[in-house]
Amino acid sequence: MKSYKLLNHTADIGIEVWGKTKKELFANTVESMFDLIVDLTGINNVNEKVVAIKGADAEDLLVNFLREALYLFNGKRWLVKKCKILELTAGQIVAQLQGEPYDSDKHQLKKEIKAVTYHGLSIKKTARGWKGKVIFDV
Amino acid sequence: MSEIKLERIDDNRLLLPQTGKMKVPGIIYANEKIYQLLKGDESTKQVANVAHLPGIVNYSLAMPDVHWGYGFPIGGVAAFDLESGIVSPGGVGYDINCGCRLIATNLSFADVKDRISDLTTALYQHIPSGVGSTGSVKLSGKDQKKVLEEGAKWAVKAGFGLTEDLEATEDSGAMTGADSDHVSARALERGKQQLGTLGSGNHFLEIEVVQEIFDEAAAQAFGLRKGQIVIMIHSGSRGLGYQICDDYLALMVKHMQETKIELPDRQLACAYLNTTRGQNYLAAMACGANYAWANRQLLMHHTREIFEKTLRMAPRELGMRLVYDVCHNIAKIEEFKIQGKMKKLCVHRKGATRAFPAGHDAVPERYKSVGQPVLIPGDMGTGSFVLVGQEKAMEETFGSACHGAGRVMSRTQATKVSQGRSISRELADQGVLVMASSKGTLREEMPEAYKNLQDVVQVMHEAGIAKKVARLKAVACIKG
Repeated sequence: MKSYKLLNHTADIGIEVWGKTKKELFANTVESMFDLIVDLTGINNVNEKVVAIKGADAEDLLVNFLREALYLFNGKRWLVKKCKILELTAGQIVAQLQGEPYDSDKHQLKKEIKAVTYHGLSIKKTARGWKGKVIFDV
Repeated sequence: MSEIKLERIDDNRLLLPQTGKMKVPGIIYANEKIYQLLKGDESTKQVANVAHLPGIVNYSLAMPDVHWGYGFPIGGVAAFDLESGIVSPGGVGYDINCGCRLIATNLSFADVKDRISDLTTALYQHIPSGVGSTGSVKLSGKDQKKVLEEGAKWAVKAGFGLTEDLEATEDSGAMTGADSDHVSARALERGKQQLGTLGSGNHFLEIEVVQEIFDEAAAQAFGLRKGQIVIMIHSGSRGLGYQICDDYLALMVKHMQETKIELPDRQLACAYLNTTRGQNYLAAMACGANYAWANRQLLMHHTREIFEKTLRMAPRELGMRLVYDVCHNIAKIEEFKIQGKMKKLCVHRKGATRAFPAGHDAVPERYKSVGQPVLIPGDMGTGSFVLVGQEKAMEETFGSACHGAGRVMSRTQATKVSQGRSISRELADQGVLVMASSKGTLREEMPEAYKNLQDVVQVMHEAGIAKKVARLKAVACIKG
C-alpha cells in the first residue's frame, strides 16, 4: 500500500504523503521519492547508511533531508529503499537509510529527479496523523 | 485557481496590477486564446510573487509560454538593479543554461528521406541519453576546471568542434566571471561523468526539415532554406547545474532572515547582487552555464561524426554548421534604456530566450544586419520555430522572448490520458520517428501536453518582440 499520491503540477511532480507520526511522515516521504526514481522491488541486497541533517524548521528539515537522500543517488549512485528515523527534533533529523549501490543491469530507473523544491511545501498535523506536500523538479 | 484580476492592455498583453507588497506590476504576453489556458494555472500568482523581490525594474514579465513552475514561473523574465536588487538561483532554475542549438546542413529532406531511420538509430545508439546516462568523456580535475571557466571554448580547443561554432553561440560559449572555486565538491563530482549527455525529461535531439520560410532575408542570413535538413539539440548543464542551484538555494534560504527580505515563497530565496553571496552565486552559475555550452558543443560534435559516418559523406559535403545556440535558463548582466538612461541590470530568464535586435553588440557579425536567431523548440509532433529578435524586445522585455510551447497538461495527467495509446506510433503516423529510452517519458511529453506552439509564437510575432523566420517540422527525435 503506497503512502503517497501524485499531485497535479503542470511542469513538475508533486507528492502528498501521509504518516501516523511525524517520524513516519519523514520516512515515508524519502521512500516515496525513491519510488518515483526506481522500481524499489529491484533493491534487495541492502546495507545501511546513517545521515544527520539540520534545518531551520520542520519544512526546511524535510527539504534538507530529501536533498541529502537524493544526493546519495545523484552523486554517489546509491539507491534508498527503506528509511528508519532514529531521532527527530525541531531542528535535526538522524535517519538510518537502507539501500544498495545502483547497478544498471539490476535496477530499473523510472524518473530523473533534478531537485527537491521549497515551492508548495507543507507539513501538517491532521486528525488522522501527519500530511506533507513536496514538489520535485523533474 | 488564481483570484488575481488581469486587465487587457492590447491584443497580446495583459496587465497584472500592482497590489499589496508588489514593488512593480506584472505584464503577461498572451492573446485571448492563451489567456483562457492560463486561467486555471498558478503561474499568474507566481508572476505577482516575483514582483515582490527587491530592486525589480519596471515589470515582472511572463512570456506567452508561461506555466506553473516553482518560485518563478516558467516563461518568467525579471530584471534587477545592480545596487538595490537581488539574484535568485530559483529565478534561473536548476538546469542552469538549459538551452537549444540549431545546426544547419547541406542536405535536403528529399535526398535523405530513406536514411532518416539509419541516422536516428545511430544517433540513439551513440548519444548517451536517459536517466543516469554517463558520457564518453571522463574529465580530470584540471580539465573540469577548464570546462567550467572556458565552456565551449574548451571543447573546441580539445578538438570537439570548430572556431566558427563559437561565433554562433551566445556569449561565444563562455560566460565571463566564471570561478570554479565557488562550485561545491558535490557539484564537481556530479559533473565529472555527464559531459556529452543529453539527459532525460524534455531534453531531445531532433532531425527537422525546414517547412516554411516567413522572412527570406533573415532565413538567408541564418543559412536556412525550404526542404533543408537541420538538427535541433535541447539540453543543459546536467547534474552539475542542478547541484549548483541547490547548493546556493540552501545557502540563501539559510540566510534569508538576516537579509530581511520578505518572500511569498521560500523557493524565491535570493541574495543582494552587491554582496559576496550574490556574487559567488553568479560566479558559480557562470560555471554551470559554461558546462552546458561545452555539453551542447560535444553533443553537436558527436552528431557531426554520426552523420558523416552513417551517410559516408565528408564534412565539407555535409556542411554542418551551427546556426545559433541560445540559453533559456540564466541570469545575465545586460544594459537597457531605463527612463532614458542606459543602465546595467541583472536579467533573469527562467524559461525565456534572449532576443536581441539587429545592430546589437552581442549579435554575431554575420547576423548583425537582421538580428539574433531565437530558437523555439516545440513538442515532438510540431517541431520548432526560428524567430529573429526585434528592437521592441529591448524596450519591453529586457531583450527576451518565449522559449517553447509551455506545458498545459501535468505529467501525471499526460500519463493518464495516454493510457492504452502508443505515442510512438501516433507520432510515426505524423511522420516523426521517435526513439526514447523510457516509454514513461514519451507519455509525459506527448504533443497534447503542450500549448500550440504556433499560438505562442504568434503572440511574440504580433507583439513585435521577435519575428517569425522559419518553421521546422520534426522527422526524427531521440529522447531520454
